[in-house]
Amino acid sequence: MMKEQLSLDQGKVRQARELAHSIALQVQEDIRKHTTVTIERTVARLFGIDGTDQDGIPLANILVDQVNRAGLLDRGIAFWLGNALVALGQAPQQIAERCAGDLRIGELPLQDPRKVEEVLALYTERALTAISKQRQRREEYKERLGVGEEPLKYVIVASGNIFEDVKQAQAAARQGADIIAVIRTTAQSLLDYVPYGTTTEGFGGTYATQANFQVMRSALDEVSEEVGRYIQLVNYCSGLCMPEIAAMGALERLDMMLNDAMYGILFRDINMDRTFADQYFSRMINAYAGIIINTGEDNYLTTADAFEKAHTVLASNLINEQMGLKAGLKPWQLGLGHAFELDPKMRNGFLYELATAQTIRQVFPEAPLKYMPPTKHMTGDIFMGHVQNAMFNLASVLTGQSIHLLGMLTEAIHTPHLADRILSLENAHYVMENARDLAGEISFRPDGIIQQRSEAVLDQVVCFLQEIAGKGLKRSISEGYFADIKRPLQGGKGRDGVLRKGLDYQNPFMTKMGQELGVDHD
Amino acid sequence: MIKPYGDSWGDGQVQLSFTLPIPAGPRAREAARRLAAQMGLDDVQVVHMKDLSGFTYFILYGSCRHSIDLDQIPLAVAEGEMMTFEEINHFVRERLGRKVVVVGACTGTDAHTVGLDAIMNMKGYDGDYGLERYPMLETYNLGSQVQNEILLQKAMEVGADAVLVSQVVTQKNVHIQNLTELIEMAEAEDLRRRLILIVGGPRIDPSLAAELGFDAGFGPGTTARHVATFLVRELARRN
Repeated sequence: MMKEQLSLDQGKVRQARELAHSIALQVQEDIRKHTTVTIERTVARLFGIDGTDQDGIPLANILVDQVNRAGLLDRGIAFWLGNALVALGQAPQQIAERCAGDLRIGELPLQDPRKVEEVLALYTERALTAISKQRQRREEYKERLGVGEEPLKYVIVASGNIFEDVKQAQAAARQGADIIAVIRTTAQSLLDYVPYGTTTEGFGGTYATQANFQVMRSALDEVSEEVGRYIQLVNYCSGLCMPEIAAMGALERLDMMLNDAMYGILFRDINMDRTFADQYFSRMINAYAGIIINTGEDNYLTTADAFEKAHTVLASNLINEQMGLKAGLKPWQLGLGHAFELDPKMRNGFLYELATAQTIRQVFPEAPLKYMPPTKHMTGDIFMGHVQNAMFNLASVLTGQSIHLLGMLTEAIHTPHLADRILSLENAHYVMENARDLAGEISFRPDGIIQQRSEAVLDQVVCFLQEIAGKGLKRSISEGYFADIKRPLQGGKGRDGVLRKGLDYQNPFMTKMGQELGVDHD
Repeated sequence: MIKPYGDSWGDGQVQLSFTLPIPAGPRAREAARRLAAQMGLDDVQVVHMKDLSGFTYFILYGSCRHSIDLDQIPLAVAEGEMMTFEEINHFVRERLGRKVVVVGACTGTDAHTVGLDAIMNMKGYDGDYGLERYPMLETYNLGSQVQNEILLQKAMEVGADAVLVSQVVTQKNVHIQNLTELIEMAEAEDLRRRLILIVGGPRIDPSLAAELGFDAGFGPGTTARHVATFLVRELARRN
């Protein structure tokens, strides 16, 4: 259980949260107006459209591009698909296959609206039932096997070959890993489609495909039974296909998804409107599927100074929290991110790390916080790196973090070797077991360095959020408020794929999930 | 001629670790020992062996049979010749009489800017200021995932003297392909002689850089001063 080591000014915490709420509301206005090509492809996928044409182009892309080129997408792909289902009496997959040929679904005669409604309701129900079943299975697994003790040990595999990844993931689980993330291949985030099938080639990671998700989930189910612990699987709902990946993950029972509201804008130069709209729908799917999201604030500290800009992490956590709640996520699903990135040469650096980690812990008592290891100051000196990771492990167990991404001693050298992962697991196991109940035995001095640092950061958070609330989030991003990175309001990748919704726009998944999640669509 | 130093001159002591894809046991231990012997180590000791469910991790020591002739090693900037921040600016003012224009990028699909930032960003790395801080350098950091074509375009547009390319992701040698493409494009557009092309990254070394056709290559531990010293000297030499 969390111990309130620090005395936080609850008035300031409330003020900061209210500011974040007003910031999220402003963005929500824009989100409501837009849909995107990937949101529409997600709808197509949820209707059961899968596979590719002869050239390897996903059918979801073919269908959505066709309707978009005809200038009809502002009504939503669901409407056109529903109309085609009634007109042709065929399944969505067959219709999509015919669209790869000469069928133009926008040119079919309009059908009886009631029949279209009915068929849409039927397919929506079918997809949501499949997702709910996976959610239920996960809950059963967790109930029966448990998930390990927090901080949960999270490791990555990244061989490029899903079948190689499986061996490494299973080996890691046997050695004590609780969570496996399959890192994506470099630049998948900038593909405006999701690759298809199992894959064996990748650079610095493995393609996120539905087939790869399935292969890994079933390998982890197998090893979960063996080790008597439900091993959770993570992938990346980020880039240009956020909601499509969310849908695939929901159907294949992923357990966590990297899913940040601003990461794509800042670190991948993706258009703002695109990212904000995509994150909303993707998070709604994750919310519905019972998936825990992980946010990416840890990245801020890799580009900006980790001491001076510590407050930007907490401020962004608050914004991510509010935007997440808006999309229907519950507090237990918000794996808000932060990191141990201070310069190891800094005097009392560990105290400052404890101050921010404990502050964030207390500001979000219900959230499964994601704590990231040192990366910026990892030099290739693997021995020193191993010690830095040990300090990080200690900070994590001491401040009650939830999702603990294991630092690799070979960070900055290569994607982890099998042995690197095991050495890291041993390190974490040793430190965390040795200091398991230390937090309950100590308290921080009320006038001490840690308490004072916490107060200073919280003060900065309030000022920072006041400025952002005044300027608006988009303008703040364009002026470099986060991560020292500036992104233009109208620029960025994927802008072509943003559309203004028509008055007759339909997205039955958004409507139905929204109702069930209690999301206010205003 | 030198060899590794453990606790006395010429003992050749080396530590190494690796994993074999077999379960731990006497046979695995002997396999590791023999492998190290084939790598050129004498008196091999397997000091640690751990089973990693079907794989085995080893830590070994041995005495290296080989030695190295220091005179045979080419270097872009020899140790002791590296200039300071002030010296570099002074050198540019005196010898070149104008600002030196530098464009940097992580090219291809590489999204890792940590190396590029360490060299270029104002703050630099480990107390060594980045190139942006040098008053006599005019720098353009294009960031990550820049296509070679765009990089060269930008270099022409701003009249660059030098182009810095950072490559962190090297899986399946994707960097080799990418770096070769840059050189070929530069040659095709007749820019090769007009630019100093420098590559950096954790897997880059001077011989690889030379082999690929770059003017210099910098590996781990490089700081901005290193790169700047080479750059301004090379420019002065060419003038």
